[in-house]
Amino acid sequence: MVESSLTASRRRAVVGETRHLLFSVTPGAAWITVFLVLPSLYLMAVAFMTNGPYGLPEMPLSLDAFRQLAGFGFLGWSPGNAYTLLRSLWQTFVSTALVVIVAYPLAYYITTCREKWRPLMLLAVVVPSWTNQVIRTFGWMNLLAPGTPLSDLAESLGLIGPHMGLYPSDFAVTLGLVYNFLPFMVLPLYAAFEKLDVAQVQAAQDLYASPVRAFWHAVFPQTLPGLLAGTVLVAIPAFGMYVIPELLGGGKSMMLGNLVARQFSGGSNWPLGAAGAILMLLATFVGLYAMRRIGRRLGGGEEVVI
Amino acid sequence: MSDSTPAVTREAAETADADGGAPPREASSIRLEGLHKRFGRDTVALDGVDLTIEAGEFFTLLGPSGCGKTTLLRILAGLEEPNDGRLLIGDRDVTDTPPHRRSVNTVFQSYALFPHLSVRDNLAFGLRMRGESAAERERKVAEVAEFIQLGSLVERRVDQLSGGQKQRIALARALVCEPDVLLLDEPLSALDAGLRSQLQVELQRLQKRLGMTFVFVTHDQDEAMVMSDRIAVLDGGVIQQVGTPGEVYEHPANAFVARFMGHDNLFAISAVDGDRVETRLGWLRLDPAEQRAEPDGWLLIRPETLVLGDTLPAGYNRLEGTVEERLYRGSRIEYRLAVNGQPLMVVASNLGQRMHAVGDRVVIGVCPEDLVRVAA
Repeated sequence: MVESSLTASRRRAVVGETRHLLFSVTPGAAWITVFLVLPSLYLMAVAFMTNGPYGLPEMPLSLDAFRQLAGFGFLGWSPGNAYTLLRSLWQTFVSTALVVIVAYPLAYYITTCREKWRPLMLLAVVVPSWTNQVIRTFGWMNLLAPGTPLSDLAESLGLIGPHMGLYPSDFAVTLGLVYNFLPFMVLPLYAAFEKLDVAQVQAAQDLYASPVRAFWHAVFPQTLPGLLAGTVLVAIPAFGMYVIPELLGGGKSMMLGNLVARQFSGGSNWPLGAAGAILMLLATFVGLYAMRRIGRRLGGGEEVVI
Repeated sequence: MSDSTPAVTREAAETADADGGAPPREASSIRLEGLHKRFGRDTVALDGVDLTIEAGEFFTLLGPSGCGKTTLLRILAGLEEPNDGRLLIGDRDVTDTPPHRRSVNTVFQSYALFPHLSVRDNLAFGLRMRGESAAERERKVAEVAEFIQLGSLVERRVDQLSGGQKQRIALARALVCEPDVLLLDEPLSALDAGLRSQLQVELQRLQKRLGMTFVFVTHDQDEAMVMSDRIAVLDGGVIQQVGTPGEVYEHPANAFVARFMGHDNLFAISAVDGDRVETRLGWLRLDPAEQRAEPDGWLLIRPETLVLGDTLPAGYNRLEGTVEERLYRGSRIEYRLAVNGQPLMVVASNLGQRMHAVGDRVVIGVCPEDLVRVAA
């Protein structure tokens, strides 16, 4: 009698808990399914289909898209896509490195300023990103076009040929990427600098570390989580960037994002575009994994939260 | 240091076993001359400090927060530069020497261990920065880890240690470098009371065994008295008194030192008549050594020197009062009395005698030799 009522109440509790769980999990799960899982599956399916005469995917399933992505076409192998991929990697690497070089001292400088000025300075770093990315990129086009003071200066220094202009070029794309992604590096680095344990730096000095070595052994490790977080925030979107290479590269400095976009917009080849997108996803995952490993190794086990 | 010389720790341990703890190495003395330190325009941290710390001494800088004790320690470490004055360690003027070129190591209040390094790498850090060979580092680290009885922890990461273990690692990280002077910035303040008193004793023993000059900073007068050979009491960036724990406690140089050492029974002297002084308690006879004609300063009555009872030894001053409060502390009993309307603390050892109740009239005996005159 007592036992059965116990099991009954227990069953009621289990049912109640399950219902509660369903209520709380369902909306999120549904969102992820509809807007992430299904589109991703669709994308993957498209990548493994054949390109039809009007650029739309058709049956049968094949690996044609990946073959094309690797550069094999009707006329044999051509290096165009490989160049695009390499250019994407190179642009990502160079612009991320430059962003670090600019952001690291900048973030440090802001933390050394008086406390009341810091929010203002951070705001100054962030405010440009409130403007539409396309508009800002057009701004750079106007600054770097042939005949502008900057281009004339570069020309008079012999950096570029006559009437070439700084835009369109690989240089303009790099500049655009650095400018665009700077805040994403400054903010996490600032956070790292702000909670820097000065006692560790002093301990290093006390233990015979010269200023340079105190920086490497006591400051740099403390800022590493911020640096890695910033790198992820900069490098991954930069790798897939579409607007900046499209506008500042002038069609000559295509990156992977542009390759993918063209396959869809021109109506030329959906399966190839999907394959490119999958490559981008994979590269992102590899990059994230690598950052995590580096973070664990160098950061004393502190997780880099993205 | 040559390879044949054993590390200070082992050497010290052996010497201590052999001949009872004679200093095994040349310790360094410290001389401070006219040190001034200002922060910003108007914050004066040190206002002319002259001090000599003997070689092999356990020396404590004691004072309330903001008195300049930590600034002074940081100047010794080289982490802060004095605006004026000179600092000599041994016979060398190190006033302008940067911290990494001073043979001085610090145990920081927050320990300041490197969280991205293992315990072993933390311990080896100073040796590595000094360019000692890997073999040498390994040997010294193993030795010091054994010495502080944490040999089993060297592979751990710092965040896997307890507070007490971190404290020992911080100490070992400094000791393994065999500095001329070891600086300790309130290293025990983050520990709980039991561990704290245990480490007080350990630290003091360690210092005697190593014969190294220790400069210890604390705001806790009990800690200072237990551990130190000598104490400097600081306030407002000025040294108020330097002396052995006994001197500072029993003969404080001024009212600030007296209050800081925990004395409550301080009474302004209003008149002097021969060997007697007048305070609000009444007239009291002093020891001839304390006699001065000027009716100034304070009279210090240490609560533990007072006796309660109807029959007083010959020559004692006699006061009468009422028990206002009684605190039972186990080994002792504290009474707060009212004498002529003045509060007077009495501490009596708990020897099993009859306790006085609140409201009792009591007779208090004050031995003239226990009365101390303290400058304002």
